[in-house]
Amino acid sequence: MTQIEEVSLDQYKHLVSERALTGETMLLNMGPQHPSTHGVLRLLLELDGEIVVNCIPDIGFLHTGVEKNMEAKTYQKAEVMTDRLDYMNTMGNNLAYVMAVEKLIDVDVPARAQALRVILVELQRIASHLVWLGTSGLDLAAMSMFLYCFREREQILDIFELVSGQRMMTTYIRPGGVWRDVPVEFEKAVRDFIKVFPKRIDEYETLLTKNPLFIDRMVDIGYLSKETALSYGVTGPSLRASGVDWDLRKARPYCGYEQYDFNVPTRTEGDTYARYLVRIEELRESLKIVEQALNKLPLGPVRSENRKFVPPPRSEIGVSMESLIHHFKLWTEGFPAPKASIYSAVESPRGELAVYLEGDGGPKPMRVHMRTPSFDNLGVVPQIVKGYLVADLVAILASVDIVLGDIDR
Amino acid sequence: MDKKLEPIVKAVQSKFGATFEEFRDEVHLFVKPEQIVEALTLLRDEQNFELLSALTAVDYYPQETPRFHVIYQLTSITKNLSVQLRVPVNGTSPKVPTVTRVFGSANWRERELLDMFGIEVEGHPDPRRLLNPDDMEGHPLRKDFPLGYEEPQFTFNFDEIDLRKPYAKE
Repeated sequence: MTQIEEVSLDQYKHLVSERALTGETMLLNMGPQHPSTHGVLRLLLELDGEIVVNCIPDIGFLHTGVEKNMEAKTYQKAEVMTDRLDYMNTMGNNLAYVMAVEKLIDVDVPARAQALRVILVELQRIASHLVWLGTSGLDLAAMSMFLYCFREREQILDIFELVSGQRMMTTYIRPGGVWRDVPVEFEKAVRDFIKVFPKRIDEYETLLTKNPLFIDRMVDIGYLSKETALSYGVTGPSLRASGVDWDLRKARPYCGYEQYDFNVPTRTEGDTYARYLVRIEELRESLKIVEQALNKLPLGPVRSENRKFVPPPRSEIGVSMESLIHHFKLWTEGFPAPKASIYSAVESPRGELAVYLEGDGGPKPMRVHMRTPSFDNLGVVPQIVKGYLVADLVAILASVDIVLGDIDR
Repeated sequence: MDKKLEPIVKAVQSKFGATFEEFRDEVHLFVKPEQIVEALTLLRDEQNFELLSALTAVDYYPQETPRFHVIYQLTSITKNLSVQLRVPVNGTSPKVPTVTRVFGSANWRERELLDMFGIEVEGHPDPRRLLNPDDMEGHPLRKDFPLGYEEPQFTFNFDEIDLRKPYAKE
């Protein structure tokens, strides 16, 4: 039996100030089971009274070895692992991984599948921002926000259940297209959502945006400068709230984002309130993209015809010997990918979600690395909380929007 | 290769003697471990690569020289370009210098490198494991680290296997 080592200050000596060693400041443990850490995150805080002197995050409680597990599965089967990374952005994770695979094996995707991907990923962005809005409201004692946001999120999850059979672990976007075409009820379900949602955003804003209590807790709290943000690799809405206009959907359009007319909201203040405003504005922009994509949703196939990489539809297997062979080969052996590496990035609700994928000529990836945005967004938190109150730390942590599944992988 | 990237690649090549590879428009530059800090500083200050998007490694076990490639993925927001630097490292006592002074985000990513691959980072301000527990042995993302499995227990061998299981007992 292994002896559990006694925890001592020696381990953290180089990270805290000298005052902690004399006992002048207090070391306080926040988490791993704390409602405001949005998951299983432990923060070791050095406090001078109520002021944060140092903050040392301790992560890895949700580490599940996703990258190692993916190396042991074929390219198609490894995709289910991506759902479990950032559980608020499953469609986006699927898309990031699938795009890397498609780039590695060079498969084209039909236009209808591209448009469906855009609709679903943008709905997922809205759902993810709603969870952020609800939980950060909850952290700042706006209890009712949580209930309203989850009401609308449920509507989106119902759409996902309609298309993929699953609310959260969707695996709907597949290499070469999507799993299958959407059912006939899909259009009505999305239109219903588009119809009600603008009014709902106005409701949220009435409750929070000009609420004096909310403003007191948010304005001039957790200032993140442009230089710090870039040095620490912060991306997504948190970077755009610090005045950097960088959105991969605009800068390097994928899945046909160049056809849609939308704005990238940016702010220059760089505080917690700016990050809130950027995300609220993104809700409206995402809805605009969904509406445009749905209006010009083309007809046609939803999966590539390249049978060497993409399984044939079920209906063909009964009548074509060749399809049966392809189906069998693809699901038992998988397809070989070239001996090369790919770095492919998409814009997730939290920032740049990228996949580094390296093949070795066989049917299993040799290395998969998920570059997850929350990892860097949490990495900057110790820099921006110094000198604020513990209560502000909660607001700052909520405003950078972290998902621990995304960080620990 | 993107036209805008050509002069940048040339600059790095002439200064560090770097070789380069290209695959589907992605550019990989190979530099030596001792040049990496200088190369990243040059790219950040003179060529506007402000963002260190990713820092990770690949294990080419059983190949030993080089066994690992340490990967630095850079993004330029001003020029909308990407470039990847790769540092080949040998299998016996793998080592790279720290780049935390160039990019803050390297801090955690280098700790992950240490934790997952056992690649030592020279001069790192906080060299502790990041995701795995401190008392863990081995480096999970190395190819010679087993994926691990659990023996299935049946009625006839339940106690026998239970004795070998690594959880805490009375």
